[in-house]
Amino acid sequence: MNELLTIMKSEWVISLLIFLLLFIKLGKGMKNESLLLLIQVLLLLNFIGGFFFNTEGSLFAGMYHSTALIILQKNILSLGVYLISLLFADWFKRSEHLTEYFILMLSALLGMFFLISSGNLLMFFLALELATIPVAAMANFDLGKKISSEAAMKMILSSAFSSGILLFGISLVYGATGTINFAELPAQMNNGPLHILAFVFLFTAFAFKLSVVPFHLWTADVYEGAPMATTSFLSVLSKGAVAFIFISTLNKVFLPMQEIWYNMVMILSILTMIIGNLFALRQQNIKRFLAFSSIAQVGFILVGVSGKEPESTASVVFFILVYLFSNLAAFGVAGIISAMTGKENVNDYKGLYQTNPFLSWVLALALFSLAGIPPTAGFFGKLFLLTAGGTKASYLFITIAALNMIVSLYYYLRVIRAVFMDKNEEPVEKLVVNPSARLGLLICGAGILLTGILSWVYDYIQSLC
Amino acid sequence: MNLSILILLPLLTALAVLLARNNNQVRWISFAGATAQFILAFVLMYLFREERIAGSTQQMLFEQQYNWFPSWHISFHMGVDGISVAMILLTAFVVLAGVLVSWNVTKMTKEFYFLLILLSLGAYGFFISLDLFILFFFLEIAVIPKYLLIGIWGSGKKEYSANKLALMLMGGSALVLVGLLGVYFNTPARSFDLLLLSDTGISREAQMICFPLLFVGFGVFTALFPFHTWVPDGHSSAPTAGSMFLAGISMKLGGYGCLRVATLLMPEGAKAYSTWIIVLSSIAILYGAFATMMQKDLKYINAYSSVSHCGFVLLGIGMLTQTSMTGAVMQMVSHGLMTALFFAVIGMIYERTHTRQVSEMGGLLKVMPFISTVLFIVGLCSLGLPGLSGFVAEMTVFVGSWENPDPFRRVATIAACLSIVVTAVYILRAIGQTAMGPVKESYLHLTDARWNEKLAAIILIFGIVAIGTAPFWLSDLINPGTELIMQKIKMVP
Repeated sequence: MNELLTIMKSEWVISLLIFLLLFIKLGKGMKNESLLLLIQVLLLLNFIGGFFFNTEGSLFAGMYHSTALIILQKNILSLGVYLISLLFADWFKRSEHLTEYFILMLSALLGMFFLISSGNLLMFFLALELATIPVAAMANFDLGKKISSEAAMKMILSSAFSSGILLFGISLVYGATGTINFAELPAQMNNGPLHILAFVFLFTAFAFKLSVVPFHLWTADVYEGAPMATTSFLSVLSKGAVAFIFISTLNKVFLPMQEIWYNMVMILSILTMIIGNLFALRQQNIKRFLAFSSIAQVGFILVGVSGKEPESTASVVFFILVYLFSNLAAFGVAGIISAMTGKENVNDYKGLYQTNPFLSWVLALALFSLAGIPPTAGFFGKLFLLTAGGTKASYLFITIAALNMIVSLYYYLRVIRAVFMDKNEEPVEKLVVNPSARLGLLICGAGILLTGILSWVYDYIQSLC
Repeated sequence: MNLSILILLPLLTALAVLLARNNNQVRWISFAGATAQFILAFVLMYLFREERIAGSTQQMLFEQQYNWFPSWHISFHMGVDGISVAMILLTAFVVLAGVLVSWNVTKMTKEFYFLLILLSLGAYGFFISLDLFILFFFLEIAVIPKYLLIGIWGSGKKEYSANKLALMLMGGSALVLVGLLGVYFNTPARSFDLLLLSDTGISREAQMICFPLLFVGFGVFTALFPFHTWVPDGHSSAPTAGSMFLAGISMKLGGYGCLRVATLLMPEGAKAYSTWIIVLSSIAILYGAFATMMQKDLKYINAYSSVSHCGFVLLGIGMLTQTSMTGAVMQMVSHGLMTALFFAVIGMIYERTHTRQVSEMGGLLKVMPFISTVLFIVGLCSLGLPGLSGFVAEMTVFVGSWENPDPFRRVATIAACLSIVVTAVYILRAIGQTAMGPVKESYLHLTDARWNEKLAAIILIFGIVAIGTAPFWLSDLINPGTELIMQKIKMVP
C-alpha cells in the first residue's frame, strides 16, 4: 500500500473523523444524546485502532517521522480525548454546538499528532499552531459566560506571543546553521552565542506551552474561565503533547548543548515546583487550584526531563500517562459537580462524602495520585521521574523536588479534608452521575490503581525508548 | 513458607470488608482476618525456628523474588530474619487487639476497618521487604490511612493533628527517598536490593551524606528529637485503635528502618554519626519523661512517654554494640505491645467516663476492676517492673550501652537511666489518681470491660508477660540479625 497512507495512518483517521463530523453537522438530524454516543464510539474505535496496523518510517524527506514510541504517545493522547468525551457528558449534552466542539478538539489533536511526529522546525511550528488555535476557540464555549471569552482572548494572545518568539528562534536557528531539519541540526549545533540565543528562544516557546514559571501567568486565568472539558484538555493533552516533543527535541536536536539546557531545565524546574506549589496553597476555586497544581506537576516533569536517556524519556511518557488518568479523574469529578450544581469552590466540597461517596473516592484517589502516594500510579510516576533525574542531578535538586512533594501534599489534603472530614449545612446534593461519566471515572480509577502496580506498562514504555 | 501470604491475607480481608453488607459482617470479617494473620505469624515463627534449628545459617529465610520493574533493577524481594519475625509478631498482636477494641465504632464502620487493615498491610509489607523500593512503597502506603483515621474518627483538634502527622511523616519519607536514591546511584550495581547492597558496600563519601538522610527520615517516624512533635498531637487525637496502631506499629517502622536500612547498609556512617544519635536520643528520653510529668490528659501522658520510650530504641541503635541493638529491637516489641495496651485501656476508660483528664477520675478500681487491673499492669510494665517486658528490654539496652567503654557514652547511659525514676513518678501518680481513692458518684453505674475488650487486653498482656518472664525466646530470635550488623560495624576501621 501507499506509504503516505500507512505511515500517516493515525492522522488520516483523525482527518476522516473530522470530515465525518462536518457531514453530520450538515445533516442536522441528530439529537445531542445520540450524537454524543456516536462520537464516543468513534473515539473509542480510534483509540483501539491506534494499536493496530502501525508502520514506522519517515515521509517528506524527514519532515514527518513515526516510531513505535511516537505511536504510543499518540495512543495516549487518543485515550485522553476519549476519556474527555465520556467524563463531561453532562456538559456536552446541554451544549448547543456539540459537533463543532469535537471538530475543534479533533483538529487540535491532529495538530498534536503532527507535532509529535515532526522532524523539521517548520512542520513543528505549523503543528504547534494547529494544536493551539482550536483550543483557544474551545475555551470560548461557555457561550453565556464573559469569563470564558476572556479566557479565550488571553489564550490566543499569549499563544500568539509565544509563536512569535518561537518563529524568531527558528529563524535564528536557520541563520546560524543553515538547516531546520532535526536530523541535520545536531551536527551543526555548538555552544556559540548565536546558537545559544536561538536555543533560548525555542526553549521559551516550549516553556510558554508547558506553563513553566515564569511563563505561566496565562495558565490560571485560562483554566478558570474555560469550560471544564477544555481545561482538562489543555492541562493534560496539550501539556502531554508538548512535553513529548520537548524531551525528544532536547535529547536529539540540542544534544550538543546538553550542559546549557541541563542547567536551564534544573533552575526552571525548581522555580516551577516552588511557585506552582505556593500559589496552589491558597486557591479557593477548584479549577485555579488544579491549574496551579498542574504547574507544579510540570516542574516535576522537568526533573525527569533533566535526566539521562533513555530513562528520562521513559519516565516522562509514563508520568504523562499516569497524570492523564489522575488529572482527568480530578477534573471529571469537578466537572460533574460544576455541571449539575454550578459549584466550583473547594468549600462547596465540604461534606461531599456524605452525599456522594463514589465521586469522593474517585476524587481522593486522583488527588493521592497527583500527590504521589502509593499504591496509586502517581507514586511510581513521581518516583521514576526523580530516579531518572537522579541519573544526572545533584542531591540538592532531588531534595528540593522531594520536599516539594510535601508542600503539594498539604494542599491536596486540604481538598480531602473538605470532602471527608468537614461538616457542611448544605453539602452538594446527591447527584445522579451520567452512566458514561461513571464509565470514564471508573476507567480513570482503574488506570490510577493499575498502571503503576502492573510493572509491564512501564517496562513496555522503557523498551520503546 | 511463602511470605506473600502475609500481605495477601490483609489485602483479601480488606477487599472482603469492602464487599460486606452490614457492620456486623465487617467486624467479623476483620476479626477473622486478623486472627488468621495472628496464627500465621506464630506459624512463621515456628517454621523460622525450625529452619534455624535445622542449621540454616542464611541471613534471610523464606526468600522470594519476583521481577518488578526490571529496567530499574527493582524486584519484589521478600525474606525474613529474626528481627523481622519479631516485628511481624508484634504487628499481629496489635492488629488483632486493635480490631477487637474497635468493636463499637458506629461511624462509617466499613471504611474504618478497611483503613485499619490497609494500615496493617503496609506494616507487614514493610517488615518482609528486602528491596528498598518496595520497603519505601509500603512505608508510604500507611500514611494516608493514618491521616484519614485521625481526621475522620478522631477527637479534639483532629484535623490539625491529622495534617501535622501526614505532613511530618511525608517529610520523613521524602528524606528517606533522597537517601535511597543516593544509595541507588552510589553503588555500581544500581540496585535497591538490600542484601546485594550490604554485600557490595557503599563508598564512604556517599555514606556520610546518605546515612543522616535515611536515619533522620526514618527517625521522624520513631519520634527522633526534634521531630517528635507529631507524636503527642497525633496520638491524642486518634481513635483508640488508631493510637494503638500508630504507637504500636507505625513508630516501629522507623526504628526498624534505622536499624535495617541505615545502619546495616552504612556502618561507616553509623559510626561517624553515633554521637549525634546518642545526644538526640538521650534528649528525647529525658525530655519525653519530664514532659510527661506535666501532662494531665491520659492520652498525652502515654504519647509523651512514648517519645521517651522510643528514645531507648534509637539510643540502643546509636550505641552500636550487639547487646544494645538487640535491646533496641526488644524495646520496639515491648513498647509496641505495652503502648497499644495502654491506649486500649485509655480508650475503654474514656468510652465510659467521657473524660481523659486524670484529675476528674478516681476510684475506678471499684467500679471497673478488670480495666483498672489492666491499667496497673501496663503502668508497671511502663516503669520497668521485673517480670514484664519493659524491664527486660530497657535493661538490655542499658547493659549494652554500658559495654561501650567510652566515657561520653557512659554519661549518656547514666542520664538515660535517670529517666526511669521520672517514669515511676508520673506513672504511679496517674494510675493512683485514676484507679484509687473515692469513687465519684457519677461513675457508680459504670460497667466493666465487655468480652471484646477483655480479649484484646488479655492478648496483649499475654505478650507482655511472655517477654517479661521468658525473654530468651525473643532475644534468641533477634540476636543473629544484630550479630550480622555488628560484623559490618566491626569491619569499619
